[in-house]
Amino acid sequence: MKLKKGIPVIDQGNKLGFWGGKFGGNFVPETLKKPIEDLEVLFNKLKKDKKFIQERDKYFKNWIGVPTRFIKLENLTRHVGGAQIWSKIVSDANGGAHKIYNATVHCLLAKRSGKKTICGDTGAGYAGKMLSMAAKKFGLKCKIFMGAKDIARQQPNVKAMKKNGAEVVPVYSGSQTLVDAVSECMRFWVANCDTSAMCVGSTVGPAVFVRICGWSTSQISRELKVQLIDEFGSIPKKLKLYNCVGGGSSSFGFWNEFMDYDKRQCEFIGVEAGGPAKSKKHAAPLTYGSKIGILHGAAQYVNQNSDGQIEETESISAGLDYPGISPLHCFLKDTKRARYTAASDEQALEAYKLVTRFEKLRPSLEPSHAFAVAISESKKLSRDTVVVVNSCGDAYKDQGILEKRLGKKYVKSN
Amino acid sequence: MLNPISAAFIKAKQENRPALLTYTVAGDSSKKQSLNILKSISKNADILEVGLPHNTPVADGSQIQTSAYRAIKNGIKVNDIFKIVKDFKKFDKNKPVILMGYYNMIFQYGENKFLNKCKFSGVNGLIVVDLPWPENKDFANKCKKKSIYFIQLLSPTTTKIRLKKIIKDSHPMSYFISMLSTTGGKLKVSPKEIIKSYSKIKKINPKKKVVIGFGITTKTIGKLKSADGLVVGSAICKEISKSLKHRQNPVTNVSSLVKKLKSKIL
Repeated sequence: MKLKKGIPVIDQGNKLGFWGGKFGGNFVPETLKKPIEDLEVLFNKLKKDKKFIQERDKYFKNWIGVPTRFIKLENLTRHVGGAQIWSKIVSDANGGAHKIYNATVHCLLAKRSGKKTICGDTGAGYAGKMLSMAAKKFGLKCKIFMGAKDIARQQPNVKAMKKNGAEVVPVYSGSQTLVDAVSECMRFWVANCDTSAMCVGSTVGPAVFVRICGWSTSQISRELKVQLIDEFGSIPKKLKLYNCVGGGSSSFGFWNEFMDYDKRQCEFIGVEAGGPAKSKKHAAPLTYGSKIGILHGAAQYVNQNSDGQIEETESISAGLDYPGISPLHCFLKDTKRARYTAASDEQALEAYKLVTRFEKLRPSLEPSHAFAVAISESKKLSRDTVVVVNSCGDAYKDQGILEKRLGKKYVKSN
Repeated sequence: MLNPISAAFIKAKQENRPALLTYTVAGDSSKKQSLNILKSISKNADILEVGLPHNTPVADGSQIQTSAYRAIKNGIKVNDIFKIVKDFKKFDKNKPVILMGYYNMIFQYGENKFLNKCKFSGVNGLIVVDLPWPENKDFANKCKKKSIYFIQLLSPTTTKIRLKKIIKDSHPMSYFISMLSTTGGKLKVSPKEIIKSYSKIKKINPKKKVVIGFGITTKTIGKLKSADGLVVGSAICKEISKSLKHRQNPVTNVSSLVKKLKSKIL
């Protein structure tokens, strides 16, 4: 299995949509074959269309507010006492997280295909919130599927979705989290694919959804590359990019433009959700050696039992609480381009405390996982090493959990 | 030897009616009960579809999901499913049995091992919901070598060119999904429309059998009589749930439901 240079990773799949010959694909009911093919044709055409790119860039700039900041975390760097710790504040984007890129692109595609409704899944509520924002912006009806457990723990985002006019459909089946929300959303699309578009909230699902999402979030690394060159004159000799990985949309977007650099110069570190320290359950299929299986239309490493039943996950972070992982990350793992590890709930909370103590930054529980590993590894790294953490979400949505776990003082703004 | 699935179609044709196909989930409500249900309905059903319960079924509506979750909760494993089929075949060896499920369960078991087990237990056909054409070509060929029918699914969204290609590669039976829906949805297309689409498929190769499924109940089955076969699934799963809720015997209730379904197509 080999990563090719000079070809975008999203376009390195084979004819049937498999990366490395075995990750991804289209394991979908017959009914979805046609709508998926239609979407593929549309996307392949538009991603080469200069006018469409201009339109995307216009909305990215004027509505999402790109570029997001790239800042040095001076106090945290001094406290840790090793590598320079920087952060790309993707949570600056309109809505407060990276999910806005994919949502915007999907709504632009839906408009082009003449669909009147768009449906989507959400875990932490960000994908749903952003889709509801974009749908409103582009005049589409919006339906969001969300696990009942997630609705309870991510209320601020649920309120935002409703305010934007979206219908939030609670999903009570299975573990009542993201995995069930994605299933239910796919079911809705099976029954309504003639009138509705579907937005999969991460780089997961049938191959075309993986590609669209990766293409959309790559905005993050396009900006970062420019910002690094502005700051250092060139891409630093020792660069380490830390990102949390649930489905894998923010991390893929954070790394994409640096893919062709040697990994000794530019290393990618993906941090999965290890779950509570005392629990055997986790959401870290790459770290803990899960087997390849089929989930939501794609072959990927996935938590499952020997019978092929998908296993329940557990994580404090709703956005990372997913038993599978993007086929793109499976590919990056097996080609050894990226390194994957996990942080526990407790480590993520500690990192959140540390970051908010030293910096004017409140990363949500998802990027707090990435901060946990970045901080612990930075201690052992030289001062000329540039560590960048993607702060891809804002903790506003987590205030209930943070108050419960850490007390009131961590909820108030710094 | 003629595959019992084909034999069942011949028999139904002789009786001037469509074949009746039932779908129940293996292990619902328990391993023993699901075997008893199969035994009790085999008198009136021509072909028995047995579902492999999966916990992330992306094409199933709430009725079949409920049945699947119940079966998994009661501890059903893939090997138990083969045992149910084998035990059933001891009871009625000529009644065709089709396993229907999602690809991950076959993939984890191992395609070859799975097919050997199918052969050994007496499975006559397979429907894999999320392994569409052309991705299913290799697996369908493996099935053929074991004289197991791999049943292609066709949908209202399947284009004409695609239909032709699928039918060309298909085994003697295919399955037409009546409408855009998960299993158990309310029939939102008129039976007349469904038969019209069905006839278009039949025209491609009249010798190959096509059954219609999704949304078929005692109310609608009579209007679709002109098809080669009709599948009822969610209505049966719903009957099991209802029986359990009212503390009634699901075996007798399902049995009388299937009898009623049969009476509507005679």
